[in-house]
Amino acid sequence: MTRIIKYILFDMLRTRFILLYLGFLLLSTISMFMLDGDNAKVVLSLLNIVLLVVPLVSVIFTTIHFYNSYEFMEMMLSQPINRKTVFLSQYLAVILALSLALLVGVGLPIFLYGASGSALTLLYASLMLTFVFVSLAFLAAVFTRDKAKAIGVGLLFWFYFALIYDALLLWVVYQFADYPIERATLAMISFNPVDLARILMLLQLDISALMGYTGAFYKEFFGSNMGFVYSTAILLLWTLIPVTWSMRIFKRKDL
Amino acid sequence: MISIGKVNKKFGKFTVLNDLTLELELGKSYALIGPNGSGKTTLIKTILGLVIPTSGDITIQDKSILKEWAYREKIGYMPQIGRYPENMTIGQVFEMIKNIRKHTGALDEELIQSFELEKMYGKRMHTLSGGTRQKVSAALAFLFNPPILILDEPTAGLDPVSVEILKDKILKEKESGKLVIITSHIMSDLDDLTTDLVYLFEGDLIYNDSIKNLKKETGETKLGKAISCLITQNKCLTELITS
Repeated sequence: MTRIIKYILFDMLRTRFILLYLGFLLLSTISMFMLDGDNAKVVLSLLNIVLLVVPLVSVIFTTIHFYNSYEFMEMMLSQPINRKTVFLSQYLAVILALSLALLVGVGLPIFLYGASGSALTLLYASLMLTFVFVSLAFLAAVFTRDKAKAIGVGLLFWFYFALIYDALLLWVVYQFADYPIERATLAMISFNPVDLARILMLLQLDISALMGYTGAFYKEFFGSNMGFVYSTAILLLWTLIPVTWSMRIFKRKDL
Repeated sequence: MISIGKVNKKFGKFTVLNDLTLELELGKSYALIGPNGSGKTTLIKTILGLVIPTSGDITIQDKSILKEWAYREKIGYMPQIGRYPENMTIGQVFEMIKNIRKHTGALDEELIQSFELEKMYGKRMHTLSGGTRQKVSAALAFLFNPPILILDEPTAGLDPVSVEILKDKILKEKESGKLVIITSHIMSDLDDLTTDLVYLFEGDLIYNDSIKNLKKETGETKLGKAISCLITQNKCLTELITS
């Protein structure tokens, strides 16, 4: 399997998409650090970029890659290779390529300009988001043979989690403002990986006081080790459930 | 060698293979023909495990191939349109497949030599013409000396010289006792290369016998003529049945 992953990675790096992504991340991170001396502010501005860009790029790159390697997978599967191996190699190769771009593009400047706890959490959260959205995109891709449809569904995932869900959540919180709904909102946040990553970050930045009583409640929960473990576990579920599901579909799929 | 038992394949409501039962034996070479969309490629893909039958079973050497994958080391497959990682060179593609197959026996590099592919080892796949791709596909199908060869329109897109090289190679392998399955729309090619005929029409097996018998039955000496006779006969028959 490592051999196949190596070949896929090699082919992927040549398409320049990953290099462009890496360049973009590197440029924005370095310029943020150069514009502002305050580490916390830099991380906050980076957070806004990362929360939008990382899921979007993960979704689009994954779907395009999957459809571009359709014939390649067909060729692999006419050789004595297991379907599971082919699927996992594709999945891991995409994860590896995107994570590598993140580690170099965001991680390298962070270490150059001084690694703080919040900066490292940012890197961690963006890696987790990559895993989640690559898995969701794979799920969208195995469901249909139509490339445009799969990209559409992938974008819908992104749009929903990055924008719509927040609006819904805000509406619910506003409607039930008179009730003690901290625990309910905590549960609702777990249904959105982007929110989970955002809250994780905001609490690291020590600006949770701005969020009032709810902020204090989150601080108590997410600020502790328990909160960290909880959000990691939920994000891993967000990764594993779509990917095992899509593998099951792929195993029975007609190519 | 390959035995296909009551295989059905449906894509939605559309039936592509309809209760197909077929025995393919080692040492024979089969011409798989039928009009476009008659289920030839689907049948080939089912044997390769790329398409999973709705019902029925396929066995190779008495072992079911459903949910299996190791049996594919016995098959050399030349697809209709060979597509490869576009950024790899020809040499890298050969290296990769060799690596993946982990073949221990001797390699059959005859086609690589006669197609003079070694000279082009540094060329990237996306720069290749359709014909050169076909040559790569052909060379890969024969490379590991598999007992079963499945060739989907092998001569389409090749220049006349290469067609002759490939046909000689197929004949040679057939003579050495392999099982060869060829689909093609060029009857004169099939006449030279195959001993048996499998005729599919809309997922049904219409004819399965040796070409010798077919020629005897129809009184024709050329395969093309014999088949058109068979088809018209078939039409008459179905018209008779429906009326």
